[in-house]
This record gives sequence, structure tokens and C-alpha cells, in this order.
Amino acid sequence: MSNNVGKTGKNKTNWKHWIPLYIMAIPGFTYLFINNYMPLYGLQLAFKNYSFKKGITGSQWVGFKNFKFLFASDDAFIMIRNTLCYNIVWIIVGVVFGVSVAILFNEIRNRFAKKIYQTVILLPYLMSMVVVAYLVYAFLATDTGLFNNVFFKDNPIQWYVESKYWPFILTFVNQWKGIGFGMVLYLSTILGIDNSLYEAAMLDGASKWQQIRLITLPLLRPTIVMLMIMNIGQIFRSDFGLFYQVPMMQTALNDVTQTIDTYVYRALLVNNNFGMSAAASFVQSVVGFIFIVAANALVRRLDENSSLF
Amino acid sequence: MVSKDQKIWVAVAHIVLITLSALAILPFLLLIIASFTDDSVALLNGYSFFPEKLSLDAYRFIFAGASIYLKAYGVTVIVTVAGTVMNIFLTALTAYVLSKRRLPGVKIMNLLVIFTMLFNGGLVATYINYSNVFHIKDTLFALIVPNLMMNAFMIMLARNYFEHSIPEEIYESARIDGASEFRVFTTIAMPLSVPILATIGLMGSIAYWNDWQNSLYYINNKSLYSIQAVLNSINQAVSALATMAGNSSVSTAEIPTTTVRMAVAVVGILPLIIVYPFFQKYFAQGLVAGSVKG
Repeated sequence: MSNNVGKTGKNKTNWKHWIPLYIMAIPGFTYLFINNYMPLYGLQLAFKNYSFKKGITGSQWVGFKNFKFLFASDDAFIMIRNTLCYNIVWIIVGVVFGVSVAILFNEIRNRFAKKIYQTVILLPYLMSMVVVAYLVYAFLATDTGLFNNVFFKDNPIQWYVESKYWPFILTFVNQWKGIGFGMVLYLSTILGIDNSLYEAAMLDGASKWQQIRLITLPLLRPTIVMLMIMNIGQIFRSDFGLFYQVPMMQTALNDVTQTIDTYVYRALLVNNNFGMSAAASFVQSVVGFIFIVAANALVRRLDENSSLF
Repeated sequence: MVSKDQKIWVAVAHIVLITLSALAILPFLLLIIASFTDDSVALLNGYSFFPEKLSLDAYRFIFAGASIYLKAYGVTVIVTVAGTVMNIFLTALTAYVLSKRRLPGVKIMNLLVIFTMLFNGGLVATYINYSNVFHIKDTLFALIVPNLMMNAFMIMLARNYFEHSIPEEIYESARIDGASEFRVFTTIAMPLSVPILATIGLMGSIAYWNDWQNSLYYINNKSLYSIQAVLNSINQAVSALATMAGNSSVSTAEIPTTTVRMAVAVVGILPLIIVYPFFQKYFAQGLVAGSVKG
């Protein structure tokens, strides 16, 4: 991205020439200021006893009191554990499934079949989590769900009460929704691989498995590493929709469905527990930032062109 | 040159992809069939792919209160159209400025954009900002504004396109003809980057169409419910069906709730499913473009 047209003296003196561009930058940056930069001021609420009447600036400082309350409760441990564990498992499972399916998909020569498969497998990714919650409910509802009426007729399972099933259900739903996305992502790299490599390998009598192991996977590696690191950068964030909608907000399941995002939402807008919500939100922003910057530094060392900055 | 080895791989690939396709589509099929099931049968035997008795009762109930859904669709369409248009324009305009690498201060501008990908104030601070400083609660702005320029990747994507795929000479010749910078942007840069703008627009419009979180945070007034917000409120409590209908004389017991629940979801996803095959290809491209730096 280097600019081979060097700065000339003429451009420096002719500064008026840039004014229209600065004016054109105003709408976008005004928006970023409102949407992204102004809320930063509100981060101090984590250290304050927020009062609606006094506003952000006028509210009283309380030091680390909000954090003390937050970390004294079991909530902090549960939500951080859930956020991290689900993310770690899903990053690994997502890579394994995404890469495998992309490789298999690439073996298919029938263009019509490919089109159908891709269209159908991507469909869940298009849907909002509200819709996904309806779909899951059709299977898991205690009285009218398909599972209890077909497989567990004799001793129906209270799916929305028993938390032990939910790590698996959430993992399944996450992969079900995301597999098409993973597939097209890795497929875009596979399609970029020079075909002559495979032709040469075939002439040498390499089996398909050898071709995958020795050509496809090594060439996919940079993409896999990059996406994994970027996902690790997001490890402190969770898919609010998945954890909020799919378990139908059943508090009995909180042990395995509460993440930082659902906690912040509930504490803020359901329980009106302002201080703890602000504290949890603050931890997420700051620790999340550290993770992203660290992940990006790692990407930069591996491949400068793929880093965010 | 099709070896036996290759044949086996192709066969395995078909089996795996057929399985995945079935898993992807069956829940939708169940939803649709359940919505056409007779309510008493559904109550007795549960949702089934092969119900004993079909019925249109659920849809009759929905049609009787069709105004809720029409209104919700109206909100969704207004928000999606307005949001997408502004999203494309703002993203392109900002990207165009950032593509001018010789502009003094452009590096700082780039950093300001990238910083938004790395750090955010979180829900609490954002919520306070929007509800107490800008007072957008219970206005259409609440559904449009927080999602504008939602993905800094898209700004980078457009920036790279303006910079590398459109030759500087084209911009220069327009300037020599006396076109202002804004005119160069609207008459040269935008028309020449239609594919990239279409991608940005498509991904943006899907996000707007599917958005329920901003309704959850900022909207209490039911007349501003989008279709996703309606689905969400019914999901939280089926009793919302009666209150939504604004007909308190209908008790929840009289509503074929078991199947209406599914029919409501079908009404909610129908438009998207109908148009999806036409934009599927671009959707896939947009996903790739939006997740790896262009």
C-alpha cells in the first residue's frame, strides 16, 4: 500500500486543494464520534454510583466498589468461564468442521449440486437468532417438541430446565448456523490454490489424501492461523443472540448459558443493577481490547498484510 | 483421469454435504409443517413432520390480526431501506477520503476508524449515550443509527477498491475537467465501484432486516416493533399474541397458540427465504469480503 507518488512541494503549499476532502470526511467521522467515541466517556460509570438525575459526570465516584461486588458474586466466575470455554471449543470445532467441509465441497465437480449445497447450508447463517430460537423450540419444547414426542415419549426431558444438555445444544446450534460461513471462507482460499500443483502431484501418483495433506492443508494454514487468531482476539465477546434467545431466557439454565454479554444486558435492563453491569461491561471492553491487540501483534509477526493495523 | 480414489472422495463429499443440507433445511421444514398442523393434534402429538391432521387455523388467526404484521413489516422495510442507503453512502464517502493517501492527516483518520474495531464502550456506555444524551428511545432512529457503518472491514474494503482498482488518471481527468471532489466521488468513484457497494449494501440490509437487539434495548412502543421485535416478544411470552392483537376479549386459551407460534415465525422468515436464492451468490461473496481484509 505504498504510495509511489511522493509528496511534492506543490501539494504542501496548495493546502486549499484538500479542503473538500476534509468536508467529505465530516459525516462519517461525526457518526464514529457519536457511535464509538462518545460512549468511551461513559466507561467511567464502572467506577461510579450512577444516578440518572445527576448524569455521568455528576454521579459519585465509588472507586472499585462495583468490581468488588461483581467479583464477590458467583456470576463473575460463571460468565467469564462460559464466555471463554464456549469460544475456545467453538474456535477449534469450527476450524475442523469448516476446513473439512470446504475440502470435501471442493471435490464435487457437479456445478448444479454445488450450488444447491452451498445455498442450503448457508441458509441458517442468514437467519436471525430469534428465528433460530423458534426452530430449536420446535424440537425441544417439553410438551409439544418433536424430540420428546418421538424419542423420549416415555420419560420426556425438560430441555429448558436441565442445564446439563445445554453445552451440547448451544455448540450444535452454533455450528449448525455457522458451518456454511466457515465453508465459504476456507473455500475461497482453496479456490485460489494453483491447479498445476494438483496436476503435478497426480502425475507423481499422489493419492487424494496425500494431495490434501501435502498441498491443500499447508496452503490453507495461513488462512486458518489468521482466522483463529482473529477469533481469539474476540474471545471475550459472545454471541448475545445465541445465549439470550435460544435458551428462551430460562434462568434455570444460567449456569451454562450466562455469558458476559447476557449478564450485562440482564443487569442493565432487567434487574436494574447498574453498577455491576457497568463493571462487567468495562472488564469486557478492556480485556477484550488487550486480547485483540495481542492477537493482532501476533498476526503481524506472521503475515504483515493480514493484520488489522 | 478419474481414478477410483477420486470417485470415493466425491461419493463421501456428496454424502457429507447431503447430510449437512438436510440438517440445515429440516428445522425450517418442521416449522412450516407445524404451522399447518391442527392445533389439537399438535398439542397431543407435538410438532411433527407427518401430522395426522392439517389445518389453516393458525393462519386464519394471523390474518385476523394481520395489521400487526403488516405494520411490523412496514417498520422493518423503512428501517432496512433507509439504513442501507445511509450505510452505503456513509461507508463509501468515508472510504473515499481514506483512499487519498496523500491527504495530510489521513493516517490518523485511518487509525480512528481501526480503533473502533478494537475497542468499544460496551453496552452500558452505549446505551446511556443513546438513551440519555441523544434520547433515541422509542424512535425509528434507535433502529437505524446504532447499525450505520457497522463494520469497519467494509470501510477498508471500499477504501482499497477506490485506491487500487480505479486508476488515479480517471479521477485526475475529471478534476481537470473542473469537477469538484464531491462530484468526482458521486460520478466517478461510486459508479465504478458498484460491485463493492452492492456487497456493502447487501450485508448491511441483511443486518438491518434481522436486527432485534436494538428493538430490545430501545423500543417499548409496540407500534415501532419491527418484524423481528414482534417475533421476539411472542417468543418471550406467547401471551403477547393476544395483547399484540389489541384484542383483550380473546383469551390466550382460545388462540391456537401451539401452531400460531410456528405460523408467526413462518410469516417472519418468508420474504427472506423467497428472495434468498437470488442473492445467495453475493451473500457468500460478501461474507468472505467482510471477514478477511480486502
